[in-house]
Amino acid sequence: MIFAGVFYIATLLLVAGLVYKIFDYSRTPAPLKIPTTPAPTTQSGVVYRMAKEVVLFESLFKSNKWIWVFGWLFHFGLFLVLVRHLRYFLPTIPEWLVFIQPFGMYASFMMVVGLAGLLARRFLVDRVRYISTPSDYLMLVLLLGIGLTGMMTTFVVHTDIVALKEFFMGLMYFDVQPVPTDPIILTHLALVALLMVIFPISKLLHAPGVFFSPTRNQADNPREHRHVAAWAARLDQNN
Amino acid sequence: MAAAEFDIPEVKDTIEIPKLREGAMAHAKSFIAPKPVQDFMGYPHELGEDWKERALDKMGDLLGKYRSLKVFLDACVHCGACTDKCHYYLGTSDPKNMPVARQDLMRQVYRRYFTTAGKLFPKLVGAKELSKEVLDDWYSYYHQCSECRRCSVFCPYGIDTAEITMAGREILNHVGMGQKYSNEILGKVQKIGNNLGLPGPALEDTLLGLEEDIEADTGVPVKLPMDVKGAEVLLVTPSADFFSEPHVESLIGYAKVFHAAGINWTLSSHASEAGNFGLFNGNYETMRKVAMRIRDAALELGVKRIVVGECGHAWRVAYSFWNTLTGIGYGGNDPFSIELQKQLDHNYPQPQHICELTNDLIKAGKIQVDPSKNDDLVVTYHDSCNVARASRMGDMPGGQFIIPRELIKSVVNNFHNMADDTIYESTFCCGGGGGLLTDDLMEVRVKGALPRVTALNAVVQEHQVNFMATICAICKAQFTKVLPKYGFDMSMVGGVHQLVSKAIKLEVAEQAD
Ligand code: HEM
Ligand code: HEM
Ligand code: SF4
Ligand code: SF4
Repeated sequence: MIFAGVFYIATLLLVAGLVYKIFDYSRTPAPLKIPTTPAPTTQSGVVYRMAKEVVLFESLFKSNKWIWVFGWLFHFGLFLVLVRHLRYFLPTIPEWLVFIQPFGMYASFMMVVGLAGLLARRFLVDRVRYISTPSDYLMLVLLLGIGLTGMMTTFVVHTDIVALKEFFMGLMYFDVQPVPTDPIILTHLALVALLMVIFPISKLLHAPGVFFSPTRNQADNPREHRHVAAWAARLDQNN
Repeated sequence: MAAAEFDIPEVKDTIEIPKLREGAMAHAKSFIAPKPVQDFMGYPHELGEDWKERALDKMGDLLGKYRSLKVFLDACVHCGACTDKCHYYLGTSDPKNMPVARQDLMRQVYRRYFTTAGKLFPKLVGAKELSKEVLDDWYSYYHQCSECRRCSVFCPYGIDTAEITMAGREILNHVGMGQKYSNEILGKVQKIGNNLGLPGPALEDTLLGLEEDIEADTGVPVKLPMDVKGAEVLLVTPSADFFSEPHVESLIGYAKVFHAAGINWTLSSHASEAGNFGLFNGNYETMRKVAMRIRDAALELGVKRIVVGECGHAWRVAYSFWNTLTGIGYGGNDPFSIELQKQLDHNYPQPQHICELTNDLIKAGKIQVDPSKNDDLVVTYHDSCNVARASRMGDMPGGQFIIPRELIKSVVNNFHNMADDTIYESTFCCGGGGGLLTDDLMEVRVKGALPRVTALNAVVQEHQVNFMATICAICKAQFTKVLPKYGFDMSMVGGVHQLVSKAIKLEVAEQAD
């Protein structure tokens, strides 16, 4: 039952934290046009630029191939794994999700290899070591922990998926069911809860943050459109 | 004033990423602004008892006003992609000159006072109290960033260290640690009208002298008019163009272009400066005040077009911010901006860069040029950071790279680019931008120029390049000072319109008149 409480609290913190952060980012004005040029001149161009950043990590590709390889393996693996996880939360499982299941399983290898590579860089490259804080290492260790415990469950000691699904469906309908008791899945779940709690107060804010980055999300059209923030417009009135 | 002795870095064949040398540049401190300078700007000139509260208050204020600052301080994942992108790191090997480390100087404080994680577990997330040592680090390393935005190109979230540096300097100003060089200039431009502090009459004399020189040289009475009401074009150019070599050669070039094309133009004594150091200090109000001189001059003289001379950061402010700050541009729907925008000629972009103007005239056949006049030169082009990464020319992305090159190639026969990863949006700063063009930062400037010098040296070796053209007053001043330290001739650098000036045919337009 502790786990039920933990997940309610973790979800609350995650959602409330993210909603607050996103609200905070959107209410903070960007008073000046500062896209890093060359930049698209239209809004649809901006969407395309942003899509390339989010899906392909385009800028990272330009700057450092090693970080790009590991980072992209990790994130794409993570994405597939998370999609596969939808099956624990959906009452009925759609066709495409069934199709994706095996990919999701092997994506966990991408994810873990990527994480291991990123962690290795933190130890091996003097510049990256210099900028790393303890939390930077721990974040990678945490994700590795989640990934490895998940893989143990998938590939070594299976858990009772049906019971687990009942537990989570129960949580969603406020009808608490017993949680499976094998230690590995419990570790998996505990680490996930921790990840959820720290998400909105850590550098994981890069995920929503990237969409709010003025150097990437502004169109390059300052000569054609007058762009003025509310606090700055007040200055015009005194003239 | 003589700065401390230091070793000039060795120029290698390629740009190398150095091993860290902690504290290598901790001693580099720009002179602090004295009382009169700070008084004029409305800032204190020494740390008061309450400096810490003032600093944190200001930081909170900026976090509420600038989304860039807030998102950038949160979003960095310490991936390290930017660590080898800054010319100051490459030239000095001081780790605090790595963009992310420069940001972290502020991020550690942000985390400590403004985030839950940093309040609860400061050690874990690298959060730190704001101490005098931290403040000194800010002063030192926020004046070893030329706000060139190279790091922003390579960061997966576009984190622009320049935004952090600007905020850092703004906070430093508010606690009484202003930089003498930038703040003195901001005083001069507001009191006298330009960064060099040339009063109107001196300027007039200079222009007359230049007119005589041009006529003696070419036999054509090319004019440099000032404060002409009803002129079509107002030219706003960095004040270095009036006095410094090689800048003045480009000024002569603009004058010849206007003359040859028969365009009625004028300079303004009130707005005799395109540069706007308000940008460097990250203070919106100051930047706006300085930019307002241009608007006032345009309204006063009733001009139809506003054209900007060769200056990098001025072009950023003009292209990206003038419309926002002063309504110079289009698309305004408030009385303030409409007042000016209805006066402007909508057939032209406003403001327009002198390279856009000249290039269009050459392409349209309205002025003639003879590139063989520059046959003694093998030319390369240095993209200035603010033009490359913070503005545009023409009507498509990347026009800021294409148009100056097109223009150069139409007036010279021998042109070679430097290596791809050192030009266009990956261009390396000259090392003197962003308020660092002062003798008290000479070591930073010389070392910061290393990547650019390395790339230049490569084309000198391979293609016998003997001229590096650029369209920034700061780049020109910096290179004439710094290139000799690396064994190059200072006359190797000059403006694009210096080349135009040599190649342009003046007589043709005379006949067409
Ligand atoms: C919009 C979605 C996201 C985008 C565009 C994105 C993008 C990136 C990029 C470009 C990097 C830098 C390269 C690297 O080190 O991998 C990065 C790092 C990182 N991301 Fe994401 N990310 C997203 C979502 C997430 C999520 C949901 C998580 C975690 C649950 C996450 C965890 C991390 C971590 C831990 C790092 C740091 C890796 C290191 O220590 O080097 N990201 N992300
Ligand atoms: C409440 C949320 C979560 C639940 C209930 C959950 C549950 C599970 C279960 C039951 C498995 C074993 C699957 C099997 O035996 O076939 C598993 C595997 C896995 N989990 Fe999770 N997990 C959650 C969140 C996460 C998160 C956030 C991550 C990544 C950061 C993650 C990463 C993995 C990985 C990599 C595997 C192994 C590969 C796979 O089977 O997909 N899990 N998880
Ligand atoms: S803006 Fe330029 S000078 Fe400043 S940290 Fe980034 S790369 Fe270095
Ligand atoms: S590239 Fe961007 S996210 Fe990565 S360390 Fe540098 S500033 Fe941080």
